[in-house]
Amino acid sequence: MTDIQHMNMIQAINSAMDVMMERDPTVVVMGEDVGFFGGVFRATAGLQAKYGKNRVFDTPITECGIIGVAVGMGAYGLRPVPEIQFADYIYPALDQLVSEAARLRYRSAGEFIAPMTVRSPFGGGIFGGQTHSQSPEGIFTHCSGIKTVIPSTPYDAKGLLIAAIEDNDPTIFFEPKRIYNGPFDGHYDTPAKSWAGHADAQVPTGYYRIPLGKARIAREGQALTILCYGTMVHVVENTVAAHGVDAEIVDLRSLVPLDIDTIEASVRKTGRCLIVHEATRTSGFGAELLAQVQERCFYHLEAPIERVTGFDTPYPHSLEWAYFPGPVRIREAINKIMKD
Amino acid sequence: MSDPIGSGVTQGQAGRNLPPLRLHVPEPPARPGESADFTHFDIPAADAAPRPDETTQPGDMRDLAYGLVRVLDEDGAAVGAWNPKLPPETLLRMLRTMALTRAFDARMFRAQRQGKTSFYMKSTGEEAVSIGAALALARDDMCFPSYRQQGILLARDWPLVDMMNQIYSNTGDRLKGRQLPIMYSAREAGFFSISGNLTTQYPQAVGWAMASAARGDTRIAATWCGEGSTAEGDFHSACTFASVYRAPVIMNVVNNQWAISSFSGFAGAEATTFAARAVGYGIAGLRVDGNDILAVYAATRWAADRARANGGPTLIEHFTYRVEGHSTSDDPTAYRSAEESSLWPLGDPIARLKQHCIALGIWDEDRHAAMDKELAELVRDAAREAEKNGILGHGLHHPMESLFEDVFEEMPWHLKEQQQQMLDEWKAAGL
Repeated sequence: MTDIQHMNMIQAINSAMDVMMERDPTVVVMGEDVGFFGGVFRATAGLQAKYGKNRVFDTPITECGIIGVAVGMGAYGLRPVPEIQFADYIYPALDQLVSEAARLRYRSAGEFIAPMTVRSPFGGGIFGGQTHSQSPEGIFTHCSGIKTVIPSTPYDAKGLLIAAIEDNDPTIFFEPKRIYNGPFDGHYDTPAKSWAGHADAQVPTGYYRIPLGKARIAREGQALTILCYGTMVHVVENTVAAHGVDAEIVDLRSLVPLDIDTIEASVRKTGRCLIVHEATRTSGFGAELLAQVQERCFYHLEAPIERVTGFDTPYPHSLEWAYFPGPVRIREAINKIMKD
Repeated sequence: MSDPIGSGVTQGQAGRNLPPLRLHVPEPPARPGESADFTHFDIPAADAAPRPDETTQPGDMRDLAYGLVRVLDEDGAAVGAWNPKLPPETLLRMLRTMALTRAFDARMFRAQRQGKTSFYMKSTGEEAVSIGAALALARDDMCFPSYRQQGILLARDWPLVDMMNQIYSNTGDRLKGRQLPIMYSAREAGFFSISGNLTTQYPQAVGWAMASAARGDTRIAATWCGEGSTAEGDFHSACTFASVYRAPVIMNVVNNQWAISSFSGFAGAEATTFAARAVGYGIAGLRVDGNDILAVYAATRWAADRARANGGPTLIEHFTYRVEGHSTSDDPTAYRSAEESSLWPLGDPIARLKQHCIALGIWDEDRHAAMDKELAELVRDAAREAEKNGILGHGLHHPMESLFEDVFEEMPWHLKEQQQQMLDEWKAAGL
C-alpha cells in the first residue's frame, strides 16, 4: 500500500487501529464511549460499524475493570487495545497495569502474557484543569515490564501505534491531545494551527510500523541537544527557530525502551543538553534522562544539564500558561546553557 | 459539645438537642480465651433449598442468595433437589483428592517450619470448595484462583513434584523462583498465574470469559476470592462487567470467616450475605454449604450449565471455615477463640464425605486409614524428589542472570546493561 493521505493525529490513530483490526482478528478495541459514538475525541470512529460489537465495544466506567478485563482477554489470546478516556483517569487501573499486566510474563515465566496497548490522551494546553491535563508517563516508566510510547506527529502516531499493538508486551500509548488537530508552537494566544501542509501529516493509508525504541532527530544541530517528546517537540522547534540557536532536537518517541544511542551520540557531539517535558519535575522522566546523560557524557559536557518541566504542583486551570513549560522558560534555559 | 477525640476537632453546632452519633466498629463474637458460639447461625435443613432451572432469571431466585444449598444431611445421606447423584467412582475420587490436598498441606507446612521454604498456606477445612468446583467444571475451563485453591491443581492431576518445586523455588521451578511459594501458574491445567494482590483475578476471569463468548468458544471461566477481598474495587468492577456482558463466568466467594485476623464483619457480613452481592448486580447468586462437596459440585454444575447456555454469570458464596492460620506467618490463637474450629457447625468436608461413602457401603474406616497412609507416603516421596532440585536459600536456584529474563519478550539495552553490571560486580568480589 503506497497510498498517502493527509491525516491529523486522530485520523492517523484511527487508521492504525483500522489497519490492525483488518490484519489481525484477535485485535479488539474497548473503552468508555469508544463504540457507537467512536470516542470522545473520535479516535475510534467507524470501527464498531466496520468490525462489529464483538470487537469494538463500550465499557462500564471502571478503569480497573477495563484493564483487568483486558488482562484476561490477553490471557485468552486476544490483543486488546483499551482506551482510557483521559490519562488523568488511569489511576484506578494502576494495580491492574503495574501489578498484573506489567508483571504477568515475569511471574509466570512466559506462560501468560498481556499483549495490550493502552491508548490514552494526555498532557495539557487545552484548559482542561487538573483532571484533564496530566502527564503521568513517569509513573509507568518507573515500573518494570511496561513500555511507554508518545508520538508527536500523525505519521509517527500511526507507525508507533501499529508497532505497539503488534508488540507482545503491555504498552502505554499516550496521545498528546493538544496536537491531535495541529502542531502547537507554545503560543496559546495565537490562532490554533491545523496539520494542513505539515510533512508529517502525509500518512500512508496502509500498514507500516515505526520500531519502539528508535528516537527521531526532529532538527539537526551543533550547539546543544534538546530531549523532548509529544507536544513539547513542536513547542521546542518553534522556540529554537525564533531564538536562532543551532539546536539538535531529539524526539524520543518511546521512553521505555529508550534510544540511548541517539541521545548519547547527540550530546557527545553538542556538549550541552536541555530536557523538556510537561510532567512535574521531581522524579519525572527528565530526572532519568539527566542521570543517563551524566553517566554517559560527563566528560563531553560543557555546561550543566538543564530541565524545563511542569512545576511540582497540581495542574492548574486559570494559571495553565504559567505552569506549561512554554517558549519563555525554554528560551531562558537555552540562554543559560549557552552562556557557559 | 463534648470532644470525644480530644484533639480540638471541630464539632457540630451545640444546642441542637440531637443524640450524639456513634461509629459502629464490628467485633467478632469470640476472641482468644472466650467461648465460641455458633448457635446464632441459621443452618437450614439439607433438603430445604429449592433447585431452580438453570435458565431462571436472577430476580426469580433471590432467596437462594440468603439460604444455604446443602446436600449431605447430619447422617451423611445425600438429600434434596440439589443432590447431584454422582457415581461411586466420582465420590471416591473426591474423597481421595481432598485427602491428598490435606496430606500435601501437612507436608509443605512442615517443610516451611523446617526452613526449607519461606512461606506456605494451608487450605484445611476448605478442600471441598476448590475440588468440588474443579470436578464439576470441564478440564479445559479456565480457572483464575486465589491463593487457597491448590485443590484445583490436584483435582486436575497436576504433578505434586512440580508444585513442590515452585514452593521450594528451586532449579525445577518452572516459574524460575520468581513467585512467593504457592503462587502457582499452570497454563496446561487451565490454571491462571496467581497474584498476591487480592481479587485482581476477578475482572481478568470476566475478561477471559468475555473473550471466549466473543469468539464463539464453548469454554467458560471460574474465579475465586475470599470474603474479605470482596471489598476490593476489582470485585465490583468484575461484577459490573459480568452482569453487563452476561459473561460465561462463575465467581466464587470463599467465605471462610477470617481474613488474617479480621473477621467477615469487616467485609460486611453483619449486614447481609456475600451471595447477596449478586442481587444488586442482577446476576444469579447461590449461597452454598462449602463443607459439603456435593453441594459445591451441584452448585458449580448448575452455574456452569447456565453459563454454557448463554445464561450469564453466577456468584457463589461458599460458607466454610478456615481451620488453620491465614499462612505460616500468623498465629490464629492470637486473635480468635481456639474453640471455633471444633464447634464449627458445618463439620469437616472430608469427614462428611467419608461418612456418606461409608453409609453407601462403598467405603470403610480401614480403607480410609490405608488411603491416608498411602497418600502420606506419596507426598513424602514427591517431596524427596523435589528436594533433589534444591530448597530455598541453599544455592540450587535458577542462574543469577535469569533475574532479568521475561521482563519483556526481548531484553532491552538497559536490562542487558544491568545484568552485565551485576555479573561483573559479583566476579570482581570473587563470588
